[in-house]
Formats: sequence, structure tokens, C-alpha cells
Amino acid sequence: MSFSFARFIPYKLHIQKRTDEVSRWLPLATSVGAIVLAFLISALILLLIGGDPIRTFGYFFNAAFGSWGALSDVVVKATPLLLIGLGCGLAFRMRLWNIGAEGQFYIGAFFASLVPLVPLVNMETTPKFVILLIMGLLGMLGGGLYGLIPGWLKAKFQVSEIISTLMLNYVAVFFNNYWIYSKFSDAGFQMTPMFPKSAWLPRLADYARQVKAFSGITLHLGVVFGLVAAVIIWVIITRSRWGYEINLIGDNPQAARYAGIDISRNIILVFMLSGALAGLAGMSEVSGVVHRLQERISTNYGFSGVIVAWLSKLNPFATILVSFLFGALIVAGREIQPSGLYFFIQGMILFLVISSDVLLHYKIELVRAAPEERK
Amino acid sequence: MSLEIILRSGLSTGTILLFAAIGEILTELSGVQNLGVEGMMLLGAMAAFKTSLLTGSPWLGLLAGIAAGGLLSLAHALVTIHFQADQVVSGLSLTFLGTGLALVLGEGLSGQNAPLIPNASIPLLSNIPILGRVFFSDLNVLVFLGYLLIPFSWWYINKTRPGMHLRAVGEKPAAADSLGINVYGVRYLYTFIGGCLAGLAGASISIAISPGWYSNLTTSGQGWIAVALVIFAQWNPLRAALGGYLFGMLRRFMLDLQGPMLIFGLRNPFFYNHNLVFFLQMMPFLLTIIALVWGSASARRQRIGAPGALAVPYIRGERR
Repeated sequence: MSFSFARFIPYKLHIQKRTDEVSRWLPLATSVGAIVLAFLISALILLLIGGDPIRTFGYFFNAAFGSWGALSDVVVKATPLLLIGLGCGLAFRMRLWNIGAEGQFYIGAFFASLVPLVPLVNMETTPKFVILLIMGLLGMLGGGLYGLIPGWLKAKFQVSEIISTLMLNYVAVFFNNYWIYSKFSDAGFQMTPMFPKSAWLPRLADYARQVKAFSGITLHLGVVFGLVAAVIIWVIITRSRWGYEINLIGDNPQAARYAGIDISRNIILVFMLSGALAGLAGMSEVSGVVHRLQERISTNYGFSGVIVAWLSKLNPFATILVSFLFGALIVAGREIQPSGLYFFIQGMILFLVISSDVLLHYKIELVRAAPEERK
Repeated sequence: MSLEIILRSGLSTGTILLFAAIGEILTELSGVQNLGVEGMMLLGAMAAFKTSLLTGSPWLGLLAGIAAGGLLSLAHALVTIHFQADQVVSGLSLTFLGTGLALVLGEGLSGQNAPLIPNASIPLLSNIPILGRVFFSDLNVLVFLGYLLIPFSWWYINKTRPGMHLRAVGEKPAAADSLGINVYGVRYLYTFIGGCLAGLAGASISIAISPGWYSNLTTSGQGWIAVALVIFAQWNPLRAALGGYLFGMLRRFMLDLQGPMLIFGLRNPFFYNHNLVFFLQMMPFLLTIIALVWGSASARRQRIGAPGALAVPYIRGERR
């Protein structure tokens, strides 16, 4: 394959499929390069609209890593991204495009919130860990059931999961709004009353009396859910029969069908697990950070999670790192103006990373065109 | 609540979906799936609004909107056609890029009033009793442009030589290539045209049909609905137009449903409990899913499928 601008420039781009083994550092190098380039392009845009990129990004860096408190904020923001990124990554392995983590997150948060809001158990006498366990399980159930819908529609009616999950995102937000505006509204405000302390995930700040350095540190137990989930997903995809089936369906559905793997069943199961992880992220957010149900409990976590999953090349441990990076982006992003820059950087990173993948599969050279081609 | 108002409002808001959906149909027929419609629309809406505001000419604004959508789509074209990146991921990142760029460049535009594309009546046609009043009088100029685009795009796709080339490239790129059709060129062209139409759809929101800049609420998911409409329409512009208009009418109907105290002599629940309106707001999105279920079932019955090479990169000389 070659592409020629020979008529205008005496050089041409020569793209050739790689036959040699790609060296191991190249994928990492292209990803890092893409991220750096994304920031450079964003800086250029800032410059064009009359901003000061150096000051903005300096501020950016400071807002994310400037202090222990900021760093803890980054991890707090990375937690839902990690859980969602893991779930999306699992689905993407099967080439299932679950773009619905945002909705699954909201429904998970809603289900978990039912425990303190209804209340489903006596919030005074029930031990805290039992309450949190029920909330976590309900969060996963809510997200899982909400993931079941697009999974079932895909398996049964071949409805594009991209569209159905996206549409369900909007539905979930309206559903959530209905409850926080009506039955569970706190005296007419657009939020529920604050949960009792027994429904809060433990935070480092709770131990400030024992360890002075912890005071004001908002890091909560949710991050442990994320890390445990990463290990579990890693075990599933590399060490289990189910993981083998998932990978096979993703790589070669034809072969999987001939091997007698039930694809419909796997679509539904993977969608449910993917949704359950997003639901758990919702629970961790309401129980660990917001402590009530309200509008905008998610700052686009569902969509950022998709990017996180893709950037980590669907590797659960890489997901931990990438979600940390994106957590930093969110923390810094809410401080800087214009606010859209945050979306732009995310889109740019993803765009450049998928573009740079071409370097892994193809050798691109600029060669001098032969004179006869230069007409 | 009057049928005429619902119908006319459906024609107006349906036009937005129609532009975006026909654009996406053209792109997908060439074998490229561009899920970035929402991003291209938002960027188009911003560019149109800002240009109209700065230059005072809504027509320049319209052009800017079209160009913005088209330019953004070229990024998708480059990455998916030449670099063979995954089209779903590229489309999603395009949505982010478009949204981000629109928000950055559209800073401070909300609350401003830009000059708008005017309404008009078609001279003779608007005199036809009833039909003339509903379909041809005092509607936005872009609605009429939509009327023209529907038959034109159908004719172009099904009855012309370039239209045949377009479908050939989307169905069997290797065969088209062997006939001397430039597969890459065709894919670039229709991805670009799709982007232009998405930009036009965005522009028709911000400077014509529901004017104003409300950051990312300007498009509020309509780009995604347009993508769904393409599947529902089975890549047929006539069905896409019908779907778009119906959708527009439904939107208006749901808005009107909140007004009266009584519906068919019964207490209107949406009037007495305003929170139930959230369930009404879900309806467009739920209906899209239902339309998709129905659409994909009927497509399977009639054996109409997506273009054969949809979302499959073409590599010359490589067997698949």
C-alpha cells in the first residue's frame, strides 16, 4: 500500500505491513508519545484562544499532585474510573461496546442508596460492615440488571449495544432525577438527605485522631474494591475457562461458535458483570464521596472509563495506572478554565493513541518518489 | 394541543435529525461507520452560532457549521481509512474531541443572540388548502432544504453512477477497486460529506430551529439518536426522513402533554405531579431502543443488512 502526493511533493509516504517482531518498548513508547502530543496540541489550542498554556498546565500539575490532599483526591476520582474501566475492558475483549457505564453507575448508586433512604435495614443497630456489604451488593445488582437489558437485546434481537447503552444512559439519569426530586427529596431540594454515618465507606480522615497526617484526607475504601476487582478480572481473563471463551469470542466468533461456545449466554453474562462493576462504582461514589444521592454524581465517569479501558489496552493492571492518570486529569480539569479543555484532552489522547497503533502494525517511511512518478 | 402544531413542530425538529441521519447513511454506505455525529453536530452548532454572531450573517454561519463538521470528520477518515484504527473507538473519541473543542471555543457564547436563518413560505405551494398551511408556510428555510435533500439523496444513492460506486465500495471494496474505483477516495469523500451534513444539522439547531448556544445541551444526544435512526431506516434516506419527522412530532407531543389538566376527560398525571415529567423525558430514548428492536427484526425478515464492508478497513491486495 502506498499513498502518493507525488504530484505536489517529491516525497511519498510508504506504508508497509510489519513482518518483523515489534520491539517490546514500542507500544509503551507510542502511548506515552500520544499522551505528550495530546497535551502539546491542547497547549496550542489554548495559545490560539489567547490562554497561557504554561501557566495553565503548571496549575494543572499542581492541582493534581501538589499536596497529599490533592493526591488523595486524584485516587478518589480514579476509583470509579478504575471499576468502570475494568468492566468496559472486559466487555471490549468480546468486542461488546458497553458505552453504558454512565447509566449503570447511576442505577447502581440508586440501588445502593435505597439501603439508607428507605431504609432497608435498621441503620442504628445493624453493624456498619453489614450495611456496607448490602449496599455494595445492591449496587452491583442494580448495575448488573441495567447491563442485562442491552446484553439481552443484543443476544436476542441483535440490537446494536452501542446505541442501546447510550440511550439507557439518558434514561438512567432521568430515572435518578425522578426519585431525588420526589420521594427521596430533602425538603424539596434536588438531592436526598445526607446518609447516616453508618452508610459511609470508611475514609482515612476518620482515623485522623490516631494518625495526625490523615486529617482531611478523603481517600476511602472504594479504591480497595477497584484493586481487588482488577485482580479478579485478571484471574478471569488469564486463568479461567470463561476468560478463554471471552477472548476466543472476541478474536474469532466463528471459531468460538464451532467450538460449541454459547455466545448469547456470554454476551449477557459479560454485560452483567461489566454493569455490576459500574454499579459498584456508583455505590462507592455515593457511599464514599457524596454521601447522598443527587444530580451529577458522575462527572462523565462512564465515558472516561471507556477511554481508560481502551488506553490500557484492556489490561487490568494497566487500567490501574491509566485511571490514576485520568483521575489527575479530572481533579485538575475542574480547576482550569475553559472547562471544555478537559474533554478535549481526553478525546485527543484517545485519538492519538489509536492513530499511533498504526506504528505497531505498519512501517511508515518517507521515501523520495521516483522521477517518473513526479508528473 | 393541536395536531397542526405537533405536525409543524415535528417537521422543524425532525429536519435536524434528517440532516444528520442522511449524512451518516452516506458515510456508512461507503463502509465507514462514524459514531462521532454528536461531536460533529455540537462543533457545527458552535461554529455556526459564533460565526453568525461575529459576522452578522447567518448564512456565513451556516457555511462555518458545515465546514466545521466536515473538517472534524476528516480526522476520523484519516485514522480509520489510512491507519485502519477501530471505527467505534475513533468515532467515540471524535465525539469527545468535537464536544471539547466546541466547549472551549464556545466559551461565553451562551445567552447571546446571533442573527438567525429566517422562516419563509413557498409562494404557490403555500396556497394549497390545509396542506399548504402545514407544510409550506412560515417554516424555516432549512426545513425546505430538508424536503429537497430527501428525494435528492435517494435518487443519488440509487439511480446515479457515483451512487452506485458508493454502494459498491461499501459492499465489496475489493471488487470496486478492481473496477478502477478509488476506494480510499470514495470513503474520504463520503465521510467528509457525512461530516458536513452533521455540521449542517448542528447549525440548524443553533441558528435556525431551536436557536441559541447552551454548551453541550445544545445537541442533547440528538447525534446519537440520528445514528440509531440510520439503523432503523435500514440505510434508506426516505425512511430516515420519515423517522426523523415522527421523532420530532413525538417530542412536541410529549411537551404538549404536560399542559392540559384533563386528557380524554381523565386527570392528567403530568399536570398534577410535575416530577412524572422525567418519565416523559425518557420516552425519546426508550422509543429509540424500541424502534431499533423493531427495525432490526424487520431488517432480518427482509434480509436487508448493513453495508457488507461496514466498519471493515480496506487494505489493498490483502485477503480477508
